[in-house]
Amino acid sequence: MSAIPLSHILILASILFIIGFVGVIARKNTLYILMSLEVMLNAVGVAFIGAGSAWQQADGQVMFILILTLAAAEVAVGLALLIQMQRRFKSLNIDLLSKLKG
Amino acid sequence: MTPFFIEMLLALLPFYPLISFLLLIIFGKRLSWHIASILSVGAMVLSAVSSFIVVSQLSIQSPVITTHLWDWFEFNLTGSAVAKINFSFYLDGLSAVMISVVSGIGLLIHMFASAYMKDDDNFTRFMAYMNLFIVAMLILVLADNLVLLYLGWEGVGLCSFLLIGFWYQEQDNVLAARKAFIVTRVGDTAMAIGLFMLFKELGQLNIKTLSESANTLWTIGDDAPYWIALLLLGGAVGKSAQLPLQTWLPDAMAGPTPVSALIHAATMVTAGVYLIARMNGIFLLAPEVMTYVAWLGAATLLLAGIAALAQNDIKRVLAYSTMSQIGYMMLALGAGAFTSGVFHLMTHAFFKALLFLTAGAIILALHHQQNLFKMGGLLKRLPFETTLFAVGLVCLVALPGSSGFFSKEAIIGELWSSTTAGPMLWYCAILGALLTSIYSCRLFFLAFMGEKRFEHELQPSSSKLLKLSLVVLAVLSLFGGLFANTLEVSLSAVFPETSLLNLNEPHWLHAAAIATPFVGIIFSWFYFANYRRTGEHSSSAVIFQDKPTAMVMFCRRGLGFDSLYSAFLVKPYCWLAKVNRADVFDQLIMLNAWYVAMCHDVLKSSQNGKLRWYAAAIGLATLLLLLTLNIELLSLEAS
Repeated sequence: MSAIPLSHILILASILFIIGFVGVIARKNTLYILMSLEVMLNAVGVAFIGAGSAWQQADGQVMFILILTLAAAEVAVGLALLIQMQRRFKSLNIDLLSKLKG
Repeated sequence: MTPFFIEMLLALLPFYPLISFLLLIIFGKRLSWHIASILSVGAMVLSAVSSFIVVSQLSIQSPVITTHLWDWFEFNLTGSAVAKINFSFYLDGLSAVMISVVSGIGLLIHMFASAYMKDDDNFTRFMAYMNLFIVAMLILVLADNLVLLYLGWEGVGLCSFLLIGFWYQEQDNVLAARKAFIVTRVGDTAMAIGLFMLFKELGQLNIKTLSESANTLWTIGDDAPYWIALLLLGGAVGKSAQLPLQTWLPDAMAGPTPVSALIHAATMVTAGVYLIARMNGIFLLAPEVMTYVAWLGAATLLLAGIAALAQNDIKRVLAYSTMSQIGYMMLALGAGAFTSGVFHLMTHAFFKALLFLTAGAIILALHHQQNLFKMGGLLKRLPFETTLFAVGLVCLVALPGSSGFFSKEAIIGELWSSTTAGPMLWYCAILGALLTSIYSCRLFFLAFMGEKRFEHELQPSSSKLLKLSLVVLAVLSLFGGLFANTLEVSLSAVFPETSLLNLNEPHWLHAAAIATPFVGIIFSWFYFANYRRTGEHSSSAVIFQDKPTAMVMFCRRGLGFDSLYSAFLVKPYCWLAKVNRADVFDQLIMLNAWYVAMCHDVLKSSQNGKLRWYAAAIGLATLLLLLTLNIELLSLEAS
C-alpha cells in the first residue's frame, strides 16, 4: 500500500478549513457558525494527523486529541450561550449582537 | 559741569517718560488723577529740564555730544569689517532743536492734557500712551544711527495709532487709526528699502560718518543717491502727510485734541522734515530729488490750503493747515534752505500746538461741538481763548513780528534764487500764504464773530494748569522769532553752507511776500462779510446754514483723494480678496486635512460591530500575511 502524500492531506485540510471559514463568514445563524467552527477545527486536526503520520511521530495524534477536547469544551460553552441568546433576543442572528460597536 | 554728568543727562533723557509709562500701565486705574498726572507731567518736567541743560552745553567749541548706552547688534561684512549698530545718542544742533521742541512742547501739552482729559475713564492709559510717544520721539531725534532712528520712527507710528483710536468704542475713530497706520506704513516700507540700499552701498548707517562716506563714494547726480533719496523721501512723505500719502492726517483728528496738538501738529508729523534735514548729505547728492521735494511741498501746501477753505470742523481746518505748513518746510528743504525749514518746524510747533490746544479748550467749553457753523460769537463769551487763538492765527498767517513771520519769510526769501527751486515755486509759496490768510480769517470769523449759533450754555474750563500751558505757548509763538539767531548758529555746524546768489531777484520780492497776508485778510474781510456780521449791524440777524455746493463738498473731502484711492486701491483689493476667498494655496494645505478626514471615514466604516465582518477581516489579513511570507520565502530560495 503506497502512503498518501502529505501534500494531498494538506490540500484536503485546506479545503475543509476554507469551507469552514466561509461558513463562519457567510452564515448568519449562530448555530451554523458554531458548526462551521467545528469543521475548521477538524480541518486542523486532519493536518496534524497527516503531518504526524508523514514524520512517523505521535505528536500529531496527541495534538488532535487536545483539539478534540477543546472543541468539546467550546461546544458546551457555545451551546449554553446559544440558549441564552435565544432566550434574550428570541433569535440566533449573529448580526443582532452588535451592541459593543460603540 | 563735567562731561560725564552731561552725557548721563543725555542718556537718561528718554527714560523718565519710559518709567512713567511703565508705572502708569502697570498700576492703571488704581492711580488717582493726582498721582497719575504728577507722574506723567513730572517725568516730562525732568525730561524738559535735562534737555535744556544738555542743549545749553552745546557750543561752537563742542558742537556734538554723544553718549553710548549699550551695544545693540553688529553685522559681519565681507572681509573682517564689522558694522556696529549701537544704542547711542547723538546730539548736535539739529537734534538739539528737536529735543527742545519735543520735550518743551511735550511738557506743555502734557500739562494741558492732564486737565483736559481729567474726567475720562481711561485717563492713566491716555497719559501712558502720551509718555510712550515722547520716549519714541526722543529716540527718533537722538538716534546715533538710522536703525535706532527707525525704531523711534515706528514707535511714534504705533503711539499715533494707539492715540487716534483712543476712544475705540466708536467705529469712526478705529477706522481713522487703522487708516493712519496703514497709509504711513506705505511710506515706512519705502524708507526701510532705502535704508537697506544705503547699508548695502555704504556698509554702515551711522549718522556721524554717513555723509562723509557718501561724499567720497558718489558724485552729484549718481544713480545710487538718487534712488536712496527718493526712497527716504517716501518715508518722509508718509510720516509728514505730504501729497500722495496725505489722506490720513485729517482723519487722524478723531483722536483727543491734545493728541492732535502733540502728535499731528507739533512733533510726529515733522519727523519727515527731520529725516530729510538729517540726511541732507544724501539729498544734496541728488539735486533732482531735492526738486521733487520742493514740488511735493508746494503741491501739498496749495492742495491743503484749498481743502482747508471748505472744512466745517475746526480741527480739520487746523489739520489741513498743518499739512500746508509742513509743505512749506518741505519746500524749504527742497530749495536747500535747511535752516529755514527747521526754523519753521520749530515756530510751527509753537503756534500750531497753541491753536490746537485753544481749539480743544473751546471744544470743551462748547460740549464737544467741533462744527464751525455751530459756533459763532465766541469773541465776547470766551475772550481769553479768543485772544490766544488770535495769537496763533497771527503767527499762522505770518503777520510781521510774529514767529511765523520770521520763519516763513526766511523760507520764501530763499526760494527764488535757489538752484533746486526757482520763481515758479516762489509763486506757489506766495499763493499758499494767501490761501493761509484766507482760511484763517474764515475760521476766525466763523468761530468767534457773527451771531451765536449754539444752544447749550458755555462751560469754559477753569483749570489753572490748562491756562498756564496755553499762555506759555502763546508767549513762545509770539516771541519764537527771537530764537532765529541762536538757531542759525547751532545749525550752521549741521548743514553745509548755501551760497545765495541774489543776482536776478527783483526788488519787489520781499515786499510782495510781506504784503500777501494783508491782501488775504482784506479780501476775506469783504468776501466773508456774512460770517462776521451780527444782528446789530444788519436789519435781519444772519443765521446761515451750512449748505455746501458740490464744489465745496469736493474740497471738503480733501479734493477727492480718498475716493480716488478707494476706487483704485481699496476696492480692487477687496474685490481680489473676495474672489480669492477660497485661496488657491489654501487648497493645497487643505489637501492634508481632506486626506486625514478620508482615512477617518474609511476606518470608521470598518468599525461596524458585525462579528462576521471582523472574522472576515482577520481571515483576509492572515491570507495576506501568508502570501507575503510565501513571496519572501520564495525569493529567499531563489537567491
